[in-house]
Amino acid sequence: MTVTEHVIQPAANIHPIDKLLRADRLPHILCPGCGIGTVIHGYAHAIAGSGVTEDEHVCVSGIGCSGRAAGYVNVDSYHTTHGRALPFALGIAVHKPELNVTVISGDGDLTAIGGNHFIHAARRNVNLNVICINNFTYGMTGGQVGPTTPIGAKGSTAPLGAVEQPFNLPYLAKATGAVFVARWTILHVREFQDAVLRSMQKPGFCFIEVLSPCPTSFGRANNIGDGLHEVDIYRERCRIENGATNLEDLDIDLIDANKSITVGNFVDVERKPFMT
Amino acid sequence: MPDSAAAAQTQAVQEPRVLTGNHFMLGDHACAEGALAAGLDFFAGYPITPSTEIAEHIARRLPPLGGRFVQMEDELGSMAAIIGASVAGARSLTATSGPGFSLMMENIGLAAMLEAPCVVANVQRASPSTGLPTMVGQSDILQARWGSHGDYGIIAYCPASPQECFDLTVRAFNDADRYRVPVFIMMDEVVGHMSERVIIPATDDVPVIRPKGPREPPTGKPFLSFAPDEDMVPPIAHAGRGYKVHMTGLTHDERGYPALDPETHDQLINRLVDKIRLNADDIILFEEIDVADADTIVISFGCTARSARHAVNEARAEGLKCGMLRMLTVWPFPETRIRELIQQGKVKRFIVPEVNLGQLRREVERLTQLPVICLNHAGGRMPTPEDILELIRT
Repeated sequence: MTVTEHVIQPAANIHPIDKLLRADRLPHILCPGCGIGTVIHGYAHAIAGSGVTEDEHVCVSGIGCSGRAAGYVNVDSYHTTHGRALPFALGIAVHKPELNVTVISGDGDLTAIGGNHFIHAARRNVNLNVICINNFTYGMTGGQVGPTTPIGAKGSTAPLGAVEQPFNLPYLAKATGAVFVARWTILHVREFQDAVLRSMQKPGFCFIEVLSPCPTSFGRANNIGDGLHEVDIYRERCRIENGATNLEDLDIDLIDANKSITVGNFVDVERKPFMT
Repeated sequence: MPDSAAAAQTQAVQEPRVLTGNHFMLGDHACAEGALAAGLDFFAGYPITPSTEIAEHIARRLPPLGGRFVQMEDELGSMAAIIGASVAGARSLTATSGPGFSLMMENIGLAAMLEAPCVVANVQRASPSTGLPTMVGQSDILQARWGSHGDYGIIAYCPASPQECFDLTVRAFNDADRYRVPVFIMMDEVVGHMSERVIIPATDDVPVIRPKGPREPPTGKPFLSFAPDEDMVPPIAHAGRGYKVHMTGLTHDERGYPALDPETHDQLINRLVDKIRLNADDIILFEEIDVADADTIVISFGCTARSARHAVNEARAEGLKCGMLRMLTVWPFPETRIRELIQQGKVKRFIVPEVNLGQLRREVERLTQLPVICLNHAGGRMPTPEDILELIRT
């Protein structure tokens, strides 16, 4: 057997989502065990299944590891400033309502520095699909605590453990007016992908929180181990409850092994979208 | 327009996009009308004195014309939204004053880096901080040039009348598209809240320059959003046209892909600066009065130029050899022209009146060894003609 027998001929073996990725940007910057690639994969599959050509899809990101998502998808894509992905995307969505605009960004970007834009975009019901990759930390800057870090979890800026009450993102999104609210993890590949597809097909502000491991900056500081270990936690503790109404009770506690993590599609209501 | 509120507005107001004719018009409204005449598609802003009349006027006028008006949650979002609309092909505008201008600086840097054409009207008030919200200032002149972090090029105009608010706003949109830059209309409270005659030309006489678009249909390869032509300005492909562009605030290559190395950075940033610097002669507008034989030249802009004009005319009537260089463009700074005036050898001194503590005086000082006499007030009132005349006489 020679090595050349195993060379893959790309032209003859194109994966269905290859054309939705910018192959000329690979390899990517993401760490081993990071969940962001799985999110991009789900987004690409949702585009492929959306019934809308990729020319009509737009991806906008903020700053951080999750903010790099826009750079890997082969649609019109914009990597903006920290926290401003939503108002930037609003400008696109309002000027070109025929476009299907998705914001992929991190928990810090969307709900700390961009928190004001988040609540107002949801209140207005801007026609956006918002995927918030929640890894409970600021990964790119090296593991500082943020507004989603569970109480007790350690970060480089909270060496004794976070003490602040974190956001419960589905509750926040529902309270501020999102018409579709879901929480999944990167373990729930198919469910997540279906939720993204639903948000693409549904007018208005659709919000999907997706829990995603950051073994480098979060897992290591919190004795979670590598990415697979955090996915194991999702597998052991996630409880699917589609249509859950008690969103105020959906806080995430990664430290207490007895507490479950509720995931599912929680909200799917009709409300007039902004300027469509 | 499906939006019911906007549809109701359409029925209520049937005004044309270009209000051709003679008007007695507020400066802020003239700026808004200039934007509409230039083809404004999208406005995002946040209320702030003394610019609010621009937003209010556009909120009434733009939706019936098919454009979109959004009152944002803050100026951070306003600036981000007009850049988003811009990359989707809109002629986009926001209007603000000092405190809001400070918040916009973050995304003004993004607009410079994405080379996203957009226009910001800043009706200046006495600053810093909240300052004197209802009173005049010219204190954001250096901020307009240097306010966001890093080096980049921008264009800034200073209208001195409602007519110029209209004319320069039209020009600002054309320059924004021509050079792919954010362009500022640095108004001030006096000019913004002044009513004067404004002549709006016929639609066909409003100059409208559209941006350079792609020269070929999408090829499937990455579109080179940042490959400049000889004029250093790259063509732009807007969202939704099939070019699959990528744009990032990170240092990037011609495809828009992140390219985090010092050489690419140096090359990119130099181009962002040079595309304005080397096209300065085409961008810069100024007016001169009696400079040919003047030993004293007043360099002025905005509302201050109105007092300066009066003072210079009075001084001439008294037999004093005095002239005025009035800057309609403050950035890029008309340094070539000022150097020419110095080289002609007649001028012995410059007088620079400003409603700030000497921001443009520094620009003049760096060009000459001649005395640069300043007349400054921190804000709240503009210099009177007598204030300036007194300096010319001494």
